[in-house]
Amino acid sequence: MVVSRRIVLTGPGIAWIMALLVIPCALLLVNSLFERGIYGGIDYVFTVENYVRAIDPLYGEIFWNSGRVAGITTLISLALGYPAAYCIALMPKRRQMAFLILVMLPLWSNYLIRTYAWMVLLNGEGLINRSLIGLGLIEAPLPLLYNDFAIIVGLTYAYVPFMILALFSSISKLAPELREASTDLGASPLMTFWRVTFPLTLPGIAAGCVFVFVLSIGNFVTPDLLGGGKRTMIGNLIYDQFLTARDWPFGSAIAAIVIFIMMALLTLQAVLVNRRGRDETTA
Amino acid sequence: MMRKTLGLGVCAILATLSSAAFAEGKIVISNWDGYMPKELLENFTKETGIAAEMTVHATNEEIMGKVVASGGKGYDVLFVSGQFGEALHKLGLAAELDHGNMPNLANLYPEAMKLSHDEGLKYSVPYAWGTTGLCYRSDVVTTAPSSWNDLLKPADALKGKTTMLATDRWLMMPALLALGYSINTVKEDEIAAAKAQLIETKKTLLTYDDTTFYQKLVSGEASMVEAWDGWCNYGIAENAQIKYVIPKEGSDMWVDTMVVTSASENKAAAEAFINYVLKPDVHRWVAENILYKVPNKAAMDALDPKLIEQYPNLALSPAELLKFEQLRDLGEGQKLWSKTVTEITSAN
Repeated sequence: MVVSRRIVLTGPGIAWIMALLVIPCALLLVNSLFERGIYGGIDYVFTVENYVRAIDPLYGEIFWNSGRVAGITTLISLALGYPAAYCIALMPKRRQMAFLILVMLPLWSNYLIRTYAWMVLLNGEGLINRSLIGLGLIEAPLPLLYNDFAIIVGLTYAYVPFMILALFSSISKLAPELREASTDLGASPLMTFWRVTFPLTLPGIAAGCVFVFVLSIGNFVTPDLLGGGKRTMIGNLIYDQFLTARDWPFGSAIAAIVIFIMMALLTLQAVLVNRRGRDETTA
Repeated sequence: MMRKTLGLGVCAILATLSSAAFAEGKIVISNWDGYMPKELLENFTKETGIAAEMTVHATNEEIMGKVVASGGKGYDVLFVSGQFGEALHKLGLAAELDHGNMPNLANLYPEAMKLSHDEGLKYSVPYAWGTTGLCYRSDVVTTAPSSWNDLLKPADALKGKTTMLATDRWLMMPALLALGYSINTVKEDEIAAAKAQLIETKKTLLTYDDTTFYQKLVSGEASMVEAWDGWCNYGIAENAQIKYVIPKEGSDMWVDTMVVTSASENKAAAEAFINYVLKPDVHRWVAENILYKVPNKAAMDALDPKLIEQYPNLALSPAELLKFEQLRDLGEGQKLWSKTVTEITSAN
């Protein structure tokens, strides 16, 4: 392609990313190196205190817990999403579109409303508890809301569609002949899945997992509403620093650390995809 | 063609000029949602001819963030709690008020003119005031609570059925009062002691809730909550079994005030608005509508006695109210508070 045409075609995209991603992240890094003014705002006094404060074990624990909740969400999404995506991929092409639309349908309604709906379902006087008590299965209401359980349910529900779509795109690319060949060579369906299908869909799994993990770890709405404000995740921490404590430098430092971790994860995923690609071409 | 373009150009210029003229004298007010009767602005415009527009803020911190960032441009009147009005004044963002433009200040209680955060009301005018206490279902909690420790160290039957306020000043308050400390303290050891208690209390909490705690009482999800007196009245309105009590260790006195921004271009109009709110019938209407005490003697004297019977905390006299410590700006100490609250909400 002629160089000038390449510039014209990629120009807008690059300008968009620069203006809305690169420059704001750079501003974030710059902000994190200054002090907070007494009433909020920034005192332009250089300091690394924000980063020193951020590696305090208290915040380390928040990072860890956020990662844990996001990790559990990712695993459950994978467990739920893989069979669904596999099923849809094996359907005749005409029906696939209908089912994919069904998967996407919840995303058409407002995220906040769906979260509140979960609050109605899960609370002590809510639908689930009342049904269970009405059926005589339990006597006292179960604590389903304002804890980690509710947060994981909320996050899984919100992000499973992304997992299904990422997995679907990978599974649907598998040549059915590979499965047939494996069966012809004597492998049981389980073996076929574990030795042939699963490894070949690893890029899709990696993509789906990264989607769900990154979206879950940064989410602050669900932990605040479904967790009752009692489980602080990294998203809540950053939100609090910017909006309540008005300590922009410290919030920026935490955000910068989170961005760094996410970039590391994405790099890992890219390496995995590349390695898969290399193996496929050499095989 | 040229004439058409010229004609269109002139029309456009006239349109912008006339809209600018229209905008002159218009004031922008920022308040909490539902903290003012809906028709108040309409009535104000009808009476004075000054156009008024309202925007909402969910928390003091939100409007502080906006105003500190923009220098107050775009706002004329702000409804903020007293300690934030104090902060705005220290930052030079609150305008000095001309009492000559606000004759209705005479309707205020004498105590309201001498509030410690702004003696003589140089830059803020109180709009509503009250206390923070325990709001509970008297049919579920059969022994009336008498101490903040009833919330901080709840009985087994109450565990998992209590909520606390999430905003830092009121999150820390119950522990500070229970331990006998000032609610405006910035002493590290006192704050650390309160923090330790609050981390223990968090384990027994249902949730932190600033806005729907009274609904939780009505629905039965919670049995006892930390509440502002006015909000508790919203619960009482729906369930007469709900009662409000100020624990024996005391409460705070919070004041929500009206402040004129120093960046305002219509200070006279803004002061006219404040003067309008201070009219006895208007301020009484405010009290009846939002179920809060107002510092307006003429308004409170005219309050319907039946209302006071239904909502007993409206009867608290200014003398009794002023026995409690008023919430003040913490200055440099705010950083320690923010850090402590983060540590409490992050703790396991």
